[in-house]
Parts: sequence; structure tokens; C-alpha cells
Amino acid sequence: MDTILRLLETNAQLTPAQLAIMCGKSEEEVRAQIKEYEENGVIVGYKTLVDWDKTDSEHVNAMIELKVAPQKDLGFDRIAERICLHPEVQSVLLMSGGFDLLVIIEGKTMREVSNFVYNRLAPMEGVVSTATHFILKKYKDKGVIYDRNEEDKRGNIL
Amino acid sequence: MIDYNRILSQRAQGLKPSGIRKFFDILDEIKGVISLTVGQPDFVTPWHIREAAIHSLEDGETYYTSNNGMLELREEICKYLNRRFSLSYDPKNEVIVTIGGSEAIDLAVRAVLNPGDEVIIPVPSFVCYGPITEMASGKPVFVNTYEKDKFKLTPEILKKAITPKTKLLVLPFPNNPTGAVMTEEELEGIAEVIRETDIAVLSDEIYAEMTYGRKHVSIASLPGMRERTIVVNGFSKAYAMTGWRLGYTAAPHEIVAQMRKIHQYAIMCAPTTSQYAAIEALKNGDQDIESMTAEYDRRRRLIVDGLRKLGLECFEPEGAFYVYPNIGKFGLSSEQFCERLLNEEKVAIVPGTAFGECGEGFARISYAYSVRHINIALGKIESFVNRIK
Repeated sequence: MDTILRLLETNAQLTPAQLAIMCGKSEEEVRAQIKEYEENGVIVGYKTLVDWDKTDSEHVNAMIELKVAPQKDLGFDRIAERICLHPEVQSVLLMSGGFDLLVIIEGKTMREVSNFVYNRLAPMEGVVSTATHFILKKYKDKGVIYDRNEEDKRGNIL
Repeated sequence: MIDYNRILSQRAQGLKPSGIRKFFDILDEIKGVISLTVGQPDFVTPWHIREAAIHSLEDGETYYTSNNGMLELREEICKYLNRRFSLSYDPKNEVIVTIGGSEAIDLAVRAVLNPGDEVIIPVPSFVCYGPITEMASGKPVFVNTYEKDKFKLTPEILKKAITPKTKLLVLPFPNNPTGAVMTEEELEGIAEVIRETDIAVLSDEIYAEMTYGRKHVSIASLPGMRERTIVVNGFSKAYAMTGWRLGYTAAPHEIVAQMRKIHQYAIMCAPTTSQYAAIEALKNGDQDIESMTAEYDRRRRLIVDGLRKLGLECFEPEGAFYVYPNIGKFGLSSEQFCERLLNEEKVAIVPGTAFGECGEGFARISYAYSVRHINIALGKIESFVNRIK
């Protein structure tokens, strides 16, 4: 049933009826499977990809590399979970390599993002250092190329 | 003033222009059309394949290759044909890399025909076989396939078409425009008729990777058929490489030796950059084929189901990326149906008559389009069908 997940991952708008036809299953089977995925937490949510650059609203994203002192028995989990609680935070990822946590945050302005880093993240207990990288432009996100030219280049050839 | 009638070849002048041109001319003038007409993949060539071509250019590989195509490519083609279709050919003298499958078809026809020889061409099928036969002084003998036979060539139909002048049988399966395929058992029925004769087979397998629910079988893999079969295949459909113009033919060396001479004089060799890309495709592209074919299959199910729900009778296509619904019940000719659909709903599909008279009452719909595009088109076809029924 991996196929359903893959199809939904690329287009969450496909209806159970459409998915059923595309996968050669019954609509009931597909509905039941999706329900199971949702209940088991395999499907965590459905969102819309928005290119905010095309809107009038101010929008800024930053990636912050955090070095963190792991806590006894808890490792990085406790601090990661606490960082997750901030609504500005989009993603929290535990990394291998030169730093420990990668935090992606979203704010209206650079000042707002900077304030968040200085006032919220950096002073947290266990945070050893931060390095903030502002995202200048999104070319591709979640497998989708932004600003793609959708024109069909194929001519009318039989 | 020059008299062009005296300049131009009567044979060339006698070729009928492609029947679809008029329809495409109308199509070109209308803006915002949702088209389902295109006969090529919507996928862009996978990046690793494009990159291999770029690297070859960076390395200065800008010269002719050997006439037959690079040996490494021919070796990879033979491995591929063996891996996917259990065919064995000698890369040294049984394979030619050509400019698309089209050139391979032309070479095959020219290599076997003497003036007046007959070529049996099942229709509906792609439009090139007849004109190529005529240009090679042969006589096309079109045999209809029928919806009731799932548009397959049957031994009975074939037998009736064979005469002492029959030289070549074209087997265009998986089929454009019907989506029909021939199973191993059905090919065996054809082989049984052919084996007792001196008829050669041109098996155009360009859509071989696009089969759904079963693997493609090449007639050349059946007992006794390799010796008389010219296999034509290419990269356009399987790897979404139409613009690279690269195909190939595999056949017994006696036949290839003749084809090679024509290729050598007319073409020299296939484009070098495309050949480098093709090596990469064959070495590392099996996964691309699988994911693209899986996607076509999902679209196929979606569009067949959608058309049937609208009340259009639609034969279940098992190959290529076309559906070929029967639109006869609306009391419009294929061209009227398609022109009205275009004018009234701005949806373009190809009238079956683009593939000859036998296509009357049918239309070809391509599903080499995104699911979203297909769904929008189905909605518009629904409005149209509800209005005219």
C-alpha cells in the first residue's frame, strides 16, 4: 500500500475514489487504509505548499544550527521537544556532523527572527552555540520546484 | 519559369500529406486549449541521462562515431534486449544505432523490398509504414484490426492478406493509437502462419516498456522467428528521450549488413551526444522506466474509468499511452466530434481518421499528461458529451 502514501505525498488532493482507480483497489479499501495511516501517525497531516514570495505578505525563513549539550539519559530529546513548542519553529531535526540540531523558523521580518534566536533559543539551557542562516530564495521545497515554467513544450506532432 | 512537375519525383508528390495536419492547424490557432493529443512522454529526460550528455560535450566528444553506433552502446543495447525481452544479438554485427525508431523502420523496409513487393500493415497504426513502403517501391497492404478482437492482428486476418508477393509483415505492438498489445500466445498464432513462408517481420517495439499488467513479448523470441524478424526499438518512449532522436534495430547479420549500407550512405551515424546519453540510460535507467510506467498506468486507469463513467465505450488499452474510445454512438463523424469538442470545450483529442479510414468512429486520447490535466480535460469532455447525447 506504499503507493497510496507516495501518491498522497505528491498530491494530497487526490480523493479516495481517484486513488482507488489509480491503484486498482476498491474505494473502501483505500479509505480504510488512509484511516489506518492517520491513526497510526504514518500520515501526520495535510498542508498546502505556498510560495509566499508571490504574495504581499512579509515572510522570512531561517535555518539555525544549534550545538547542544546532551542531557544524561535524555540525550537531545528533551531540548528538541522544548524547541518544537514554539509556533515560529517549522522544523527541528537532529543532525550528524558539525552541529546537533537544525531548526528552521519562520517570521515576518529578519528582526523578528533575530529576536527569536537571541531571546528564545540562545539562552535555553543546554544550548552551547547558534549559527543563523537566512534563506534568501526557495527554488525547490518538498520535492516541488517553485517558479517552474508550466508551459507544455511539446508541439503538435502525431 | 521552372516546371516543378518535371523537377519533382512523382512518387514523392504522390505521397498523401498527413491527414491530421488540418486538425492541428486549427488547434494551433486556438489559445488556452487543454490538449490530449501529444504522442510523446510529458516527462523530461531523467537528469542523470542529460548529465551524461553534458559531460560528453565537456570532454569534447563531438565527432562522428562508427557507422553502427558506438560499440559500448551496442553492447549495452544487447544486454538490455536480453535482460528485458530475452533476445540475443551480437553487438558487433547485428545492431545498428539509428536516428529514432523511424530511421530503423525506413532501413528495414528499404533493405528487404524489391519493386512491387507487398507489405502487410495492420491498421490503425502509426502513419509512417505506408509512405515508407511506397518510397521503397513497395505496395502497402493495409489490414484492419477490430475492436471486437481488441485491435489485435489475428491469424485469420493475416492469412487472407498474404499473397505470393508478400515480403514483409509489420507488427506495430504495443500499438499507437489503440493501446493494443499482443500476448505470447497471440504472437505464436501469427508466427505459425509466417514460419512456413519467406515473409520477414518488422516488429516495431518502440512502446515495449509501456505495458500494463503483463510484460511485452517480442515475436523475435519465439522459436524460429529470430531469423526473419527485424526488431525496431528506441529511447524516445522508454526513457522520455524523443528529442534526442535515437533508436536502434536488431536483426540477423545478413539483414543488418544490407541495412547498414543504406544507413552509412544516408545518415553516417546517429548523433554522438545522444549516444552517450543512451549508454547512461541503459546502464542506470531501469528504475526510471519503472517509475514512469507506474505513473502511466495510474493515469491510464484514471482516464479509462473516467471515460467509461461518461458513457464512452472504451476498449481497455494494455500498452503505449493512449486510449481509443468508440465515439460512434453520438452520430458525429470522428472529425466532427473532435472539432466540436475543440471549439466548444477547448479540449483537443485526435480523430481516429488521422490513422486512416479504419479510425472512423474512434478518437485517440493521450494520457502523457499530469493527473491534474487529465482530470480537468475529463470534466470538459463530460460537459460536451452531456450536451450532444
